[in-house]
Amino acid sequence: MSTDLEITLYIFMLATFLGLEVIRKVSPLLHTPLMSLTNAISAISVVGAIMITGAQGATTLSKVLGFIAITAAVTNIVSGYLITDRMLKMFKKPGGKK
Amino acid sequence: MAHIVSYVYILSAALFILSLKWMNSPVTARRSVLAGELGMLMAIVGTLLAFKVFNWEWILTAFFIGTAVGVPIAYIMPMTAVPQRTAMSHACGALAAALVGTAEFYRANQFHEILPTFVMVPLMLETLLGFLTFTGSLMAMGKLQEVLPQRPITYRGQNLTNFALFGIAAGLGVWLIVNPAQTWIFPIFAGLSLVFGVLLIIPIGGADMPTVIALLNSYAGLSACAMGFVLGNKMLVIAGALDGSSGLILSIIMCKAMNRSFTNVLFGAFGQLQVAHAHVEKRPVRSATPEEAASILDAASSVIIVPGYGMAVAQAQHKVRELFDSLMRRGVDVKFAIHPVAGRMPGHMNVLLAEADIPYDRLYGMEDINSEFAQCDVALVIGANDVTNPAARTDKTSPIYGMPILDVDKAHTVMVIKRSMNPGFAGIDNELYYMDKTLMLFGDAKTFVGEILKELPARAAA
Repeated sequence: MSTDLEITLYIFMLATFLGLEVIRKVSPLLHTPLMSLTNAISAISVVGAIMITGAQGATTLSKVLGFIAITAAVTNIVSGYLITDRMLKMFKKPGGKK
Repeated sequence: MAHIVSYVYILSAALFILSLKWMNSPVTARRSVLAGELGMLMAIVGTLLAFKVFNWEWILTAFFIGTAVGVPIAYIMPMTAVPQRTAMSHACGALAAALVGTAEFYRANQFHEILPTFVMVPLMLETLLGFLTFTGSLMAMGKLQEVLPQRPITYRGQNLTNFALFGIAAGLGVWLIVNPAQTWIFPIFAGLSLVFGVLLIIPIGGADMPTVIALLNSYAGLSACAMGFVLGNKMLVIAGALDGSSGLILSIIMCKAMNRSFTNVLFGAFGQLQVAHAHVEKRPVRSATPEEAASILDAASSVIIVPGYGMAVAQAQHKVRELFDSLMRRGVDVKFAIHPVAGRMPGHMNVLLAEADIPYDRLYGMEDINSEFAQCDVALVIGANDVTNPAARTDKTSPIYGMPILDVDKAHTVMVIKRSMNPGFAGIDNELYYMDKTLMLFGDAKTFVGEILKELPARAAA
């Protein structure tokens, strides 16, 4: 019998190993864009913030904390993806022809 | 509807994984942003539609403000300020996770719902990591922006204070896990986490920023991951774990590139150690004018340029590109040698040089280029210091002994653009500068490269 916690722990373990393998292959050229990309991805915590803020009968405290959390996460999502794209656009193809 | 969203989440998670996978080459990297955006969009829209969401006015206003702040940051921020922006986004991400944890804790208490241990443990981890990463990242941002002193701030008993503080915070955390109804402990726990974040970063010097930024990245990810455990959301667990492992790998790479351990970076106060060690004596060096430098570069058939943080500070990357173009036109083979910890965050130099339109196949990592220095005519060091110091190879008493360096000293001729002979940030004398084949080019990197450029076309015409 697997509890939900066990399943989640398995998922955590597998995702960590997968992450380590995938990231190890990222070229050092792209370490800065990689960091801003993972930053944007981890702002997926916005989902949690929405659930807290949007819960029925949420207290003012919940709404205020959730509001700040959504604002911070959305700032990360928007600026993270846009700046990653802006950086990646700068990496010119070999040969340097424009 | 609520169960459909679980399938949407699975797709989102798959897109995030693909997004990171496509980052392994600049050719597929643009696609990776698209995949990430799509995954995010699906997750957000799915959440909004699937759950009975109330308080729309709060949520939409927050989205609006976040977008209004995020767009200008992405477009106005100069590339030299990317390390600061990254630190800021670690702070934002960590704050979001910490606040969600806090809100969840108070929500449960308000409804007299006793949170079970398997929820309280990740909740405490989420808030601890979230709050300490929030203030820690703000400190790192202050140091990078030079609002705060870049030198390590140390005092006696610092590590002891930090350990004690962390111990108290952890103890309170455990107490809360056992007695979740003791709400009065929570603000103290949160406060201590915030203070600990500040104290953790204060003793860290500018040269260690690449490791610390990567480590904070990892913490922010793990905090989001813990949130997934609290809310029972597996997609959050996956996205957080990916971010956490990414930060971890980067910090391991950075540590290896400095031949140091995590503990040493966090508790060693590197800069301080080195200042105590510095013994700067006046020794003669050979210096050269821009004219001489230009004629040496003109006569060379291969040149390796070694950029460092100094190039970023002087904003010299565009002048360096002009030099690169001019030399390439003359048939000189020009390559760039980039040390993993050059600059203030992983990959910092690559982004600056790419911004200046230098094709990325000309940018080489340390392992790929080191064997080529012996055959190269001129190594031109622009604003790099410790990563070129041969003492790291030979001098067992040097604080940087054992650190992998770029073998600049093996080139036929070495030229170093440097503002003065003052030892740099780390305060260690660089043996490279006193070698017979080394020419010191004293001046601001941007101005000096500009002057070399002025000399070059004149020679071409002659």
